Amino acid sequence: MNEATRDLVAAAAEAAATGTTAPVGVQSPWRRILADFAESRLALVGLALLVAIALAALTAPWISPQNPYDLSQLDVLDSKLAPGEASMNGTVHWLGTDDQGRDMLSAILYGLRISLGVGVSSVVCALALGLVLGLAAAYFGGWVDAVVMRVVDLQLSFPSILIALILLAVLGQGVGKIVVALVTVQWAYYARTVRSSALVERQKEYIEAAEVLALSRARIVLRHLLPNCLPPLIVVATVQVAHAIALEATLSFLGLGLPITEPSLGLLIANGFQYLLSGKYWISFYPGVALMLTIIAINLVADQLRDVLNPRLSR
Amino acid sequence: MSAPLLEVEGLRMHFFTKAGVVKAVDDASFSLERGRILGLVGESGSGKSMTGYSILGLVDPPGRIVGGHIRFEGRDLVGLSNAQWRGLRGNRIAMIFQDPMMTLNPVLRIDTQMIEAVRAHHAVSRAEARDRSREALAKVGIAAPDERLRAYPHHLSGGMRQRVAIAIALLNRPALVIADEPTTALDVTIQGQILYEMQKLCRESATALIWITHDLSVIAGLADDVCVMYAGRIVESGSVDEVLDRPLHPYTRGLLESVPGRNAPGRPLPQIPGMAPSPLQSLDGCPFRPRCGRATEACRTQPPLQSFGTRRVRCAHPLA
Amino acid sequence: MSALPAPLVELRAVSKRFERTLDLAERATRLLRPAAPAPAVHALDRVDLTVREGEVVGLVGESGCGKSTLGRIVARALSPSAGERLWKGRPYADFDSGRDRRERLAVQMIFQDPFASLNPRMRIVDIVGEAPAVHGLVRRRERDEYVAGVLQRVGLDPATMRRFPHQFSGGQRSRIGIARALAVEPRFLVCDEAVASLDVSIQAQVLNLFARLREELRLTYLFISHDLGVIRHLSDRVVVMYLGRVVESARAADLFAAPNHPYTRALVDELPRMDLRRRNFVPIRGEIPSPLAPPSGCHFHPRCPHAFERCRHEAPALREVGEGHVSACHLNER
Repeated sequence: MNEATRDLVAAAAEAAATGTTAPVGVQSPWRRILADFAESRLALVGLALLVAIALAALTAPWISPQNPYDLSQLDVLDSKLAPGEASMNGTVHWLGTDDQGRDMLSAILYGLRISLGVGVSSVVCALALGLVLGLAAAYFGGWVDAVVMRVVDLQLSFPSILIALILLAVLGQGVGKIVVALVTVQWAYYARTVRSSALVERQKEYIEAAEVLALSRARIVLRHLLPNCLPPLIVVATVQVAHAIALEATLSFLGLGLPITEPSLGLLIANGFQYLLSGKYWISFYPGVALMLTIIAINLVADQLRDVLNPRLSR
Repeated sequence: MSAPLLEVEGLRMHFFTKAGVVKAVDDASFSLERGRILGLVGESGSGKSMTGYSILGLVDPPGRIVGGHIRFEGRDLVGLSNAQWRGLRGNRIAMIFQDPMMTLNPVLRIDTQMIEAVRAHHAVSRAEARDRSREALAKVGIAAPDERLRAYPHHLSGGMRQRVAIAIALLNRPALVIADEPTTALDVTIQGQILYEMQKLCRESATALIWITHDLSVIAGLADDVCVMYAGRIVESGSVDEVLDRPLHPYTRGLLESVPGRNAPGRPLPQIPGMAPSPLQSLDGCPFRPRCGRATEACRTQPPLQSFGTRRVRCAHPLA
Repeated sequence: MSALPAPLVELRAVSKRFERTLDLAERATRLLRPAAPAPAVHALDRVDLTVREGEVVGLVGESGCGKSTLGRIVARALSPSAGERLWKGRPYADFDSGRDRRERLAVQMIFQDPFASLNPRMRIVDIVGEAPAVHGLVRRRERDEYVAGVLQRVGLDPATMRRFPHQFSGGQRSRIGIARALAVEPRFLVCDEAVASLDVSIQAQVLNLFARLREELRLTYLFISHDLGVIRHLSDRVVVMYLGRVVESARAADLFAAPNHPYTRALVDELPRMDLRRRNFVPIRGEIPSPLAPPSGCHFHPRCPHAFERCRHEAPALREVGEGHVSACHLNER
């Protein structure tokens, strides 16, 4: 019964735009998605938070009180100041300082830059790689499919941290190398998602129609198959940004990944770990809160996107 | 003369969607005697399926019955509680859906489902329930019912599944069965078999049947009475012979004439121009006006319901 | 007496088997230990079909008969497992490359589900205009104008060109599918259940459109449907299929006046008729067998009221039972 109701409601909503009466504006599928997304207030809050965090990270060099990477600005006598206390030269450290005299607020802003940057770039690269391989596996089938899928299976059977650790141990430290490690760990999810989407879409008649129209294979895959496989990918990608950020923080916490001079949020948390029990909680706590807020914001947005892009859900 | 088994009076069912109000059923009235077969005919969007669902109280939000009465065996079905519905559904009133998988649970065996349906309404032993199930399957023309009882729905073909769904509907000997396009998705020879079974069963057990379909020829062969629906309203009703031989409403005539079988092969089919109105548009007057060759200014107001004996038609200019 | 028009499409002894392709692991195990052959769906079994220029051939049958598969083989969406396909007397493969590449576009297909057959993320102007632009039938600048012309021909308003498929009704989407096929100037259309999902009143409009296009553009149709009423209305010749084989073929008038094969007779009995009231349905018994395991001999024998011993063992061949009328039934030889 629910399905019948849903069909009728959907048909009514669509029928509203049809007809031979006054022409209706073009309703692109993407615009519909945006409109549906805006219906959930929680998701809008998440989006606002995410935008705020992204802006803060982007403008960090201009809005942070101190450049935490500039070792000459640091004074060890300022170390471990509590939040709200003033330093030797009078600047108030709103979130305190760490054991090297770095202003926590600045360190967090710069750390967010790195976390977000690494998270987003690794997702984009992994998406591109997984997309190509997944589409190829689905469209060509046969041995291409077999080879790609066995590699995916292999990849997914190892814990991601283990693979990342081994890679970083071999590659060394640095932002670029972390991105490589994260891409290696993530591409398999995208490949698998795209492949199952593409397998379903490939059976649909519009692909057959394109084949009967003698369009080239490349065109069919890129122009017809790909745009219709994107929705589930978008959902996976948004969730994976949070996952990538968390993974990078873990790796930095464990000491691999980024060097001490360019701390990410994970490294900041690691640094402050030893002081947690001696009362200087802020060195770990505030970076942890920043990390948590970022991941929550991303998840809120991803949740609503998933509901919006799922054609079966009645809204 | 006894009261009719089912009396639907002025039924209105609306969907309150974010795009607007959809008047799925707009003032439908008809009645059904015990043992008679009524055909509810219309195209997609006419409201015929929604009328069937309304009778059984299967309308979920954002849909709601906003007016009218549905009297079954004297009781008004509008506003019944869940507990009261549980006693009625599957027991006194049953429904057969277009997709048999709306009735059958894919992860349960057929016997489990049928025994459950029996024991929900009658305090009998499992063995007794199983016997009744076997009988019901044999009645719908399933050979080797024991084997079928032990099967899962995916082991059966589409026609077989629909037959099982019909058997489940008839298990507790309901007084009324509502069938929503049960044979539309089936092959023509299988449809013939199922129509045969339904006809036989209704005659033998005096079960009243509402057959919802868009296929006029099925109604011609099966039903006693017919209601033609358009845009949520019943535009014409009467006995099958009268309505199909001498249609009064221009839409009914247009429908009858556009069936390919009625026309000489090769000649252009008489067609009804335009399309059915969008369910969201609220229309003044007759909803068929934009497509009707006989429309006049008078049709801009709600057309009157005219009665000629048992026939009713909602038209300002009926054909006659 | 004028000769019959030349055949456009000829299928000779075409068979099609669908087998699940084994992946690497399964193939490896088979090498080590041969097992029973993988289950195959025998969709088509040595089917012959000829469609001449200008005629409408109706292909009718129920689920599992293979009519959709046959239509797709004609339209090149599928390749046969065995047998030949000829276009204007030459094998299809001749047109894969070289000057004759454009002939590939001469056979187009109209699909059943008007929604699934249109790319939901493409605008109508792109759906209809993509192929002509890609194949050089129209210059990029003139594409929009060309598409407008095609849309008008099928009865759609060109002002709606930039909309997406979900903004149209079922009947309009059907027309868009037809426009897409017409845009590449085909000579032959395979219509696979093209009106099956449409309401009766819209169906009449689309059927009239098919008839009009046939006149205006001198098209040839292979019209596939399970609805005999529609087939009778539109076809010159009718081919009846059952479980992968052709069981009868005749001119439309002959087939409906005097159906020969018991299955055809059962189908014709089920022809929708408005005048039979409270009829006693006398159906043909039995379920349609699965194409995975078709019955031996004549595929129809388990359901045939006249079956005898020979029908169980020997598949009947198509024999002439009248002018231009062939039927595959042992009863014709008694």
